[in-house]
Amino acid sequence: MMTLLAFLEDNRAKLGEQILEHIGLTFFSLLLAAIIAIPSGIAISQRPRLSAAVLGTAGVLQTIPSIALLGFLIPILGIGVKPAVFALFLYALLPIVRNTYTGITGVPHPVKEAATGIGLSPKQRLWQVELPLALPVIFAGLRTATVINVGVATLAAYIGAGGLGEFIFGGIALNNAAMIMAGALPAALLAIVFDQLLALLQRLGRPTLHKQRWLLLLALTVLSSAYFWPQAYQPGWKGGFPPEFAGRPDGLAKITAAYELDFNTTILNNALMYKAVAEGEVDVISGYATDGRVEAYDLAVLQDDRNAFPPYFCAPLARAGFAEEYPEAVEALQLLAGRINDSLMTALNYQVDIEGQPPEDVAGSYLKRAGLWRPDQQSGGPKVIIGSKIFGEQYILASLFSQLINGYTNLDVDTRPGLGGTKICFDALLNGEIDLYPEYTGTGLQVLLSPPSDTLREILSDPVAVYGYVSREFARQYALQWLSPIGFNNTYALMMRREQAEALGIRRISDLRED
Amino acid sequence: MIEARQLHKTFGTFTAVERLSFRVLAGESLMLIGPSGCGKTTTLKMLNGLIAPTSGEVWIEGQPLHGQDMVQLRRRMGYVIQDIGLFPHYSVAENVGVVPRLLGWPSGKIKKRCAMLLEQLGLPPGAFAQKKPHELSGGQQQRVGIARALAADPPIILMDEPFGALDPLTRQQIRRDFRQLEALRQKTVVMVTHDIEEAFEMGTHIAVLNQGRMADLSAPEQLLQGPVSDFTAAFLEEKAPQLEFQALRLEQFLSELPRSLPGVKPEDCLQAPASTPLLRALHRLAKSGRPALCLTAHEKRYFATADGLLRLFQNHLRS
Repeated sequence: MMTLLAFLEDNRAKLGEQILEHIGLTFFSLLLAAIIAIPSGIAISQRPRLSAAVLGTAGVLQTIPSIALLGFLIPILGIGVKPAVFALFLYALLPIVRNTYTGITGVPHPVKEAATGIGLSPKQRLWQVELPLALPVIFAGLRTATVINVGVATLAAYIGAGGLGEFIFGGIALNNAAMIMAGALPAALLAIVFDQLLALLQRLGRPTLHKQRWLLLLALTVLSSAYFWPQAYQPGWKGGFPPEFAGRPDGLAKITAAYELDFNTTILNNALMYKAVAEGEVDVISGYATDGRVEAYDLAVLQDDRNAFPPYFCAPLARAGFAEEYPEAVEALQLLAGRINDSLMTALNYQVDIEGQPPEDVAGSYLKRAGLWRPDQQSGGPKVIIGSKIFGEQYILASLFSQLINGYTNLDVDTRPGLGGTKICFDALLNGEIDLYPEYTGTGLQVLLSPPSDTLREILSDPVAVYGYVSREFARQYALQWLSPIGFNNTYALMMRREQAEALGIRRISDLRED
Repeated sequence: MIEARQLHKTFGTFTAVERLSFRVLAGESLMLIGPSGCGKTTTLKMLNGLIAPTSGEVWIEGQPLHGQDMVQLRRRMGYVIQDIGLFPHYSVAENVGVVPRLLGWPSGKIKKRCAMLLEQLGLPPGAFAQKKPHELSGGQQQRVGIARALAADPPIILMDEPFGALDPLTRQQIRRDFRQLEALRQKTVVMVTHDIEEAFEMGTHIAVLNQGRMADLSAPEQLLQGPVSDFTAAFLEEKAPQLEFQALRLEQFLSELPRSLPGVKPEDCLQAPASTPLLRALHRLAKSGRPALCLTAHEKRYFATADGLLRLFQNHLRS
């Protein structure tokens, strides 16, 4: 609680900005959706044959996962506010269309027949009878859409449209509970407040609403434009960074300090930033040195000529007591020690991320080539649970681990792939929900341990020292155990479109400086 | 005046109404009666264009319905639907005033007309005008539905079971109020009902429908006395005695009544109007304990004892 208050105090300006962005995204998209969806709902209520098609389409749009939808939109609308508003607009359509339609068609038949029978024209029947009677249901739809939009708008942070998602995803990535709460609490409050405001509006009743309609319109416009209030131009390279990189001390902050660089930063989702740089929406992104997409998107990795990034050697991280309980599993995993170097890992990642091969197959065929593969013992022994974060390399590693344990021991393996960010994996390990997952020494050092800065300075450029420190401290503080490193160093790297880098003659990070 | 000419309606292969023809003049009221599914409601809806006939025509005031502006036309035909169908978001007064408002009446005139109708239908406007439909009982809602149909003083009134779904007592009461409505004089009324008594009580003409066809169409007395189709005879059979007795009134027997009775003074007698049904007169006389009944018709005084009335009955049934 104290840390949350302290965080809010420190980040007051940022919080205000994010709330305004969030409100703007929510209401601008809601306004657009209402303008399209209410007339559509009315139209299909008059032509029932169209209703199945329209409601079906809106329903299908609703089922597209939000991240996938944002991915589709980047090539068309780029990054930033446009795709965010468009995606929110699509999600708000269904509840409004459906409730408008249901509200109108739900008007009791005798009332409609009486209206026609005593001489109301179809238009008069709609405006004087059906719409007023459908109004509560339409309002309910608007309220649903508002609450949905406040929630989905957090995802806008993934494509550089800002909003409270920046704190939420940054906090998840950085294992910073106060930061998560600083985004999640205001978002929840916004949802409740807007829902109640709309409920209040509904209770005011028709005549009052009619009298105050200009005021309402003004309020909606003001709220919708909230996004654009804090606009400010920032100079520098357009950088697209995921929340984790942007927030952690060894990430963006380290680079800007070490190279004295300023970026015009846009927060982007890991999965979307490669696309964004390839499409020219941003110039520089932070990726992983072994990422398969470096090749796929024809990017140039910039050389870290000032050794700003710490080493990120990968090793299995196991829960307390795991090695004592299952020494045979540790022995099996030991077979991978030092086996996979950077270029090999990049190639494996390429097969999964770009060629779309299943991680299990890629892991299996690698083990066969290396002569390590053995068939699954299928012994039905005790279960080892292996977790992984939510990207391809981790999936491959988790598959490698599980195939080795299956092949070399009598243990059974269950995998929990795609556990989100570092914090989620780490907590799962601490709670004993998983037995082990692949972790990187740099992440363990800076995100999970955060040692005093003089210790950090001392060991940071030495991979062996980092591994030693991390193993020691994890054992001492958390009773967790680092097994032997697998070999590759998946450190952070800055990358650009190869074409642009070559045209500008940029090979090293220091070449980005404009002097 | 409203006229059906060879009205015919099929839904798919089902024939709902088969070549129906009738004509209802101003001041007349036609009752459409028959068993469920005989096509009475379909016929009524064809009269105001809610259902388009497969063939045949409806003529209103000497003009064919087809090709006219239905919306304008309906405002000149009061319509009471079976399920009442009041507008739940309007007050009673707003409900009654819908059509006058559509017709552009000044609001003062609407208010006056509305108050008058509500008063006549036994809903004092002071207590009811501002209520919402859901605050009313079924009978009260039905009265508001009738007031709404009459509001713009339309020359034609169409009613689909306007007293349906009411308990018998309320039903009788609202029926009596309705019959006495000043607003109904000189109207052309077409009403659907499945209640034979109601039809005989309210209709100047009765159309008996069977499976979409007209079984009989005539005045109530003729329906009871004259030759009718087998269907109508069977349809009326159960209720026939009752209807017949109800149709017999004292005034029909004046020539058979004594002008004086020995030892009976007029002031000792039970007074009754000449239009009293015979059966009711007998009933009331027996209950009153008076020696005889006294009535005045054409400025002449007539007397009747209970025995005398019973004899009249017997004679009538024998003839």
